[in-house]
Amino acid sequence: MSVLIFVDQLDGHIKKASHEALTYGAKIAEQTGVTAEAVVVGAVTEDLAALGKHGVKKVYHVQHDNLKAFDSQVYTKVIAQVAEQSGAKVIVFSNNSSGKALAPRVAVRLKAGLVSGATALPDTANGFTVRKNVFSGKAFATVAITTDVKVISLNVNAYTILTGEGTAEVVPFTATVDAPTMKTIDSTKTSGKVALTEADVVVSAGRGLKGPENWKMVEELAEELGAALACSRPVADAHWRPHNEHVGQTGVAIAPNLYIAIGISGAIQHLAGVNRSKTIVVINKDAEAPFFKAADYGIVGDAFDIIPKITAAVKKVKGH
Amino acid sequence: MKILVCISKTPDTTAKIAFTDNNTKFAEAGVQWILNPYDEWYALVRAIELKEADASTTIHLVTVGGADADPIIRKALALGGDEAIRINTEPTESYLVAAQIAEVAKGYDLILLGKETIDYNGSAVGGMLAELLDAPYVTNATSLQIAGSTATIKREIEGGEETLETTLPLVVGCQKGMAEARIPNMRGIMAARTKPLKVVEANNVEAFTKYTEFQLPPAKAGVKLVSADNVEELVRLLHEEARVF
Ligand SMILES: Cc1cc2nc3c(=O)[nH]c(=O)nc-3n(C[C@H](O)[C@H](O)[C@H](O)COP(=O)(O)OP(=O)(O)OC[C@H]3O[C@@H](n4cnc5c(N)ncnc54)[C@H](O)[C@@H]3O)c2cc1C
Repeated sequence: MSVLIFVDQLDGHIKKASHEALTYGAKIAEQTGVTAEAVVVGAVTEDLAALGKHGVKKVYHVQHDNLKAFDSQVYTKVIAQVAEQSGAKVIVFSNNSSGKALAPRVAVRLKAGLVSGATALPDTANGFTVRKNVFSGKAFATVAITTDVKVISLNVNAYTILTGEGTAEVVPFTATVDAPTMKTIDSTKTSGKVALTEADVVVSAGRGLKGPENWKMVEELAEELGAALACSRPVADAHWRPHNEHVGQTGVAIAPNLYIAIGISGAIQHLAGVNRSKTIVVINKDAEAPFFKAADYGIVGDAFDIIPKITAAVKKVKGH
Repeated sequence: MKILVCISKTPDTTAKIAFTDNNTKFAEAGVQWILNPYDEWYALVRAIELKEADASTTIHLVTVGGADADPIIRKALALGGDEAIRINTEPTESYLVAAQIAEVAKGYDLILLGKETIDYNGSAVGGMLAELLDAPYVTNATSLQIAGSTATIKREIEGGEETLETTLPLVVGCQKGMAEARIPNMRGIMAARTKPLKVVEANNVEAFTKYTEFQLPPAKAGVKLVSADNVEELVRLLHEEARVF
């Protein structure tokens, strides 16, 4: 019996979220007294045996010409075959773009109950319950999975990566693979160097910035912090910033270590997508802005004055 | 082209989130219900745009829920659905909902829905439905073009965007970028009153999960304010106290 973790990759590189899922899955295996195993689909440039450092014992590697483009329908059948071989009782995905397409499909295929967006290890002492975010981060729920096989997708940035000793055995897996129905015809990078959902630090700005021409200082601060950029909904709606930067209840939900909100009032719909951030800093000229109630640190003042000063101070702390 | 749009009702985004019955149930008293924004703003409006470009297109709506879902169904009809099906049972979890919809979802060329609901944030019904129908599925979709039986779709991935090509029938989970939100006009609202809303009884489907308890997050300790004249102190606190960079 095993806990099987799906390892997601892009252009051969394993995503950070998958290292979180591997650590999380290995912990579930330890907790339930079974082995942790992983499945990798497609060619990778990284050393798969090294995934053992998160606690997985075996990595099934599936390669096939039909698996070059991400196709949830085709991938699902492959993962289900590996799950059967592995004797998987729990299958873990990251709740990211791939996991959102795969976890529900795999769950149906294996007649397994799914909890998506898990934020903590399952409680296996008495049944099997998993904690997840609901109401866009405004509450948590405990969900019991009542089927024999269970599928969990773990929220990104919800579980700390642990790296120890260990090497995994890498086993090539020959699967029956359907012809793909999906063809990737183009792919573009939209954000800077750091993907918004995976970022440790996010610098976000709102309507208080007055116009798109004022984003340079925000970008400079983000650059200095190695942060991803985000914005409030009206900013994206007005096309000041691309829509993929829109965070909140109807945009992207994020949970970085540090979220810096500049000139954002802190409407309930905005807070819903960002309130899982570990530390929240608010810069707003209005001392009554609701965002201060959700913040850990704040400065009441003019962003145009304060942001360049923060950038300079960060530079100084970083020693350049 | 025959399009099916899956819709659901969710509490208004400003609704107070609280629980009753020993924290086992969402407190519905006084809550305003809306069409799930992802279903409305992106899935439904894109379906309407496709119909505007090709008048032979039909748009059917489906929801799983009790009669309390009828107002949001009428709103979707007012925006531009042709007819609606309500499957009469409580939508207690994703698999149950997907399995109910699968019963009525055969024969459509395109099934659109929001990438998730803003209450249970499952992002699961679309993928489950696609698997039950053995159809291709793309979620986090920001654009959808149809030419004959070929669909060209953009989907957001970590730090980027992919353009995919596939064939109908197809299930698509929609998000921002797909379309611009609209408001129903008077003619739409009048027409919606007489559009068919068929209520069908649910099939017997076993739920795979059960919500057992809800909790509100712990309150924040309170904000530590730093003077605007002392920006370096904020940066020091972030570096040394919060240790976030
Ligand atoms: C159904 C629904 C869904 C929604 N979903 C989302 C969502 O997902 N995400 C989202 O963000 N919003 C969402 N909204 C919109 C939300 O209600 C707010 O309108 C929006 O978040 C406000 O954006 P803002 O804070 O940038 O702008 P404003 O509310 O206009 O706030 C601007 C802030 O900037 C401050 N400011 C101005 N000048 C300066 C300066 N020089 N220096 C410092 N501060 C300054 C002001 O004091 C103010 O607090 C949704 C709304 C609805 C109805």
